[in-house]
Amino acid sequence: MDTVITTDKLDLEAAFRDSQIGEVLDGLERELIGLAPVKSRIRDIAALLLVDKLRASLGLSAGAPSLHMSFTGNPGTGKTTVAMRMAQILHRLGYVRKGHLVSVTRDDLVGQYIGHTAPKTKEVLKRAMGGVLFIDEAYYLYRPENERDYGQEAIEILLQVMENQREDLVVIFAGYKDRMDTFFRSNPGMSSRVAHHIDFPDYTPAELHSISELMLEQMQYRLSPEADAVLLEYIERRIQQPHFANARSVRNALDRARLRQASRLFEKRGGLLSRQDLMTIEAADIRASRVFSGNT
Amino acid sequence: MRLTQGAFSFLPDLTDAQIRSQIEYCLQNNWAVSIEYTDDPHPRNTYWEMFGNPMFDIRDAAGIMGELQSCRKTFPQHYIKVNAFDSSHGRESLRLSFIVNRPDKEPGFSLERREVGGRNLQYTTKSYAVDRPEGERY
Repeated sequence: MDTVITTDKLDLEAAFRDSQIGEVLDGLERELIGLAPVKSRIRDIAALLLVDKLRASLGLSAGAPSLHMSFTGNPGTGKTTVAMRMAQILHRLGYVRKGHLVSVTRDDLVGQYIGHTAPKTKEVLKRAMGGVLFIDEAYYLYRPENERDYGQEAIEILLQVMENQREDLVVIFAGYKDRMDTFFRSNPGMSSRVAHHIDFPDYTPAELHSISELMLEQMQYRLSPEADAVLLEYIERRIQQPHFANARSVRNALDRARLRQASRLFEKRGGLLSRQDLMTIEAADIRASRVFSGNT
Repeated sequence: MRLTQGAFSFLPDLTDAQIRSQIEYCLQNNWAVSIEYTDDPHPRNTYWEMFGNPMFDIRDAAGIMGELQSCRKTFPQHYIKVNAFDSSHGRESLRLSFIVNRPDKEPGFSLERREVGGRNLQYTTKSYAVDRPEGERY
């Protein structure tokens, strides 16, 4: 074995280029604002898979690493978005064969009566084979207050497949941090089979501002300079208020601003509208929000 | 006597890897794959039992191979076939069907003659296996 290693020199750089993983990682960097711990973990995983591939080509042992993950974080921190990316990345790296994402919640896995759960869960698992199974709000699977709850049955089937068919699918659990922690504490088997626990941090106001710029660009709108300043102020105020859901709140705010822009344009009808008018969101559109009304 | 029904039946039995690639081909064409079994292999018996529902929305052969393994475990001495249904407009029918499991011993068919209307003969075939009741045939 030693001779093999010394005689054959492998080009990690070439392998990196061939896998086109760079593109995906760059896309991740460009389109996902913030989320530093998430990105660094994805880089680690990508590197490991690449190195494993090289090891395998030299005949070194490269057992398929366990890639089941848990994404925890507050609402709107990008768990689903990253999961979708993850499916793509794992597909590029050749870890999963098809690279599709099957997104489910408790309702899709757990049945309503005895004997209903196993076929339902197996059905979902069958669909997810070759891709990524994303279980949103996974802690609902386990209901400690009801010992006859069928969720436990779904968990057992999941565990079995996660262990025995590692090369067929990757399972990602997602949910709020504190409840996921309770979930994993009460299911130690689950916790030990999930190799990567990734915590999604909340966004800072500046990050949310860049996210809103990205969203507007995708929707083909732009902010007037005053509106830009007002939006930052809006975000800072909104964070203080209850039920703040990070990027999702920003998206909703922008959607409402679009509504106000539309009715503003509608009221001024009579004149001709330019392309610029149709694209621009003014400060007033944002300032009309109840966040600025003083009382929360 | 070796039963020859469906595709590939004059070839040696397909290995699991070959079955998997056939299924992969079906999925690439967006055909819905289903599994059926029977212990009454008469060529005119088109009503084999379904093993679970036809599997729509499946992207990878692994899911179907898993189902096939569990069917083999339940019915090791039955005939099992894999069907691929094409739902596209104008087709709406099976595109591929092949046997993936057969009993160890296949007794074959007998030719029965019946005299009708004087000296006329009617011929029919019957599997030796169906002399015994369902479930005890192979």
